[in-house]
Amino acid sequence: MNWLLVIVGAAVGAPLRYLTDRAVQSRHGTAFPWGTFTVNVTGCLVLGLLTGAAAAGAASSHVQLLLGTGLCGALTTYSTFSYETLRLAESGARFQAAANVVASVLAGLGAVFLGLTLAEAFWQ
Amino acid sequence: MSAKATAPQAPVVAVVALGGAAGASARYGASLLWPTSTFGFPWTTLVVNVIGCAAIGVFLVVISEAWTAHRLVRPFFGTGVLGGFTTFSTYAADFERLVGGGRARSGLAYLGLTVLAALAAVWSAVWLTRRVLAWSQSSGPGSERAGTGEGR
Repeated sequence: MNWLLVIVGAAVGAPLRYLTDRAVQSRHGTAFPWGTFTVNVTGCLVLGLLTGAAAAGAASSHVQLLLGTGLCGALTTYSTFSYETLRLAESGARFQAAANVVASVLAGLGAVFLGLTLAEAFWQ
Repeated sequence: MSAKATAPQAPVVAVVALGGAAGASARYGASLLWPTSTFGFPWTTLVVNVIGCAAIGVFLVVISEAWTAHRLVRPFFGTGVLGGFTTFSTYAADFERLVGGGRARSGLAYLGLTVLAALAAVWSAVWLTRRVLAWSQSSGPGSERAGTGEGR
């Protein structure tokens, strides 16, 4: 049952990442990986909300496996994030490579905190 | 938007879903084998992310510089399996959990160590794979003729 929840969540999260990345990347002409940035920050926000909901007793361990481990885990990615950073650095865009790391980490952490705060306000 | 542009997308989306499910299952399995205590240092997530970064470095060099693969191989393994295996959201939530539990120094160490190890892994994997490919191509069949200088 637990494995099935992770599998179902990931089978939705991974294609959602692929389709979001394509949609975002087709909307601008720069080399900056806004698509991966978008899915990573969105996944962090959802996981923050979920963590807050779980702390308030509003999300069961099954919901956490489905949406946290499965959906958010597969929606976000570290491998593509680091590969795209390397590609930027290799192409000479060192500032953009560094900006991608700093912005992704800061925005991801900010999104987790925002999600937690919203969840606390909702389920206090 | 046209049928021509959307029709070939269905198999790609399907293999990304399949690969993502496989990658996430492997990550979940790792978390069951090596569980992290509530305020413990999240080594399992760190190692999973670093392995995924090294693997994508090897895979993308091989597939784009050496091997002409079927068009579904890259979305299945790169976007699906490795994307589903590695995670950015758990990384950020792990940091919050450590800081929230009064372990700010652990949290900051985890934050920095993951980024540095992930970038080092992808960089060295790409570099090593290119070296191996260059070596195997120069010592492979036809290298003796190339060595005469006027082989072509």
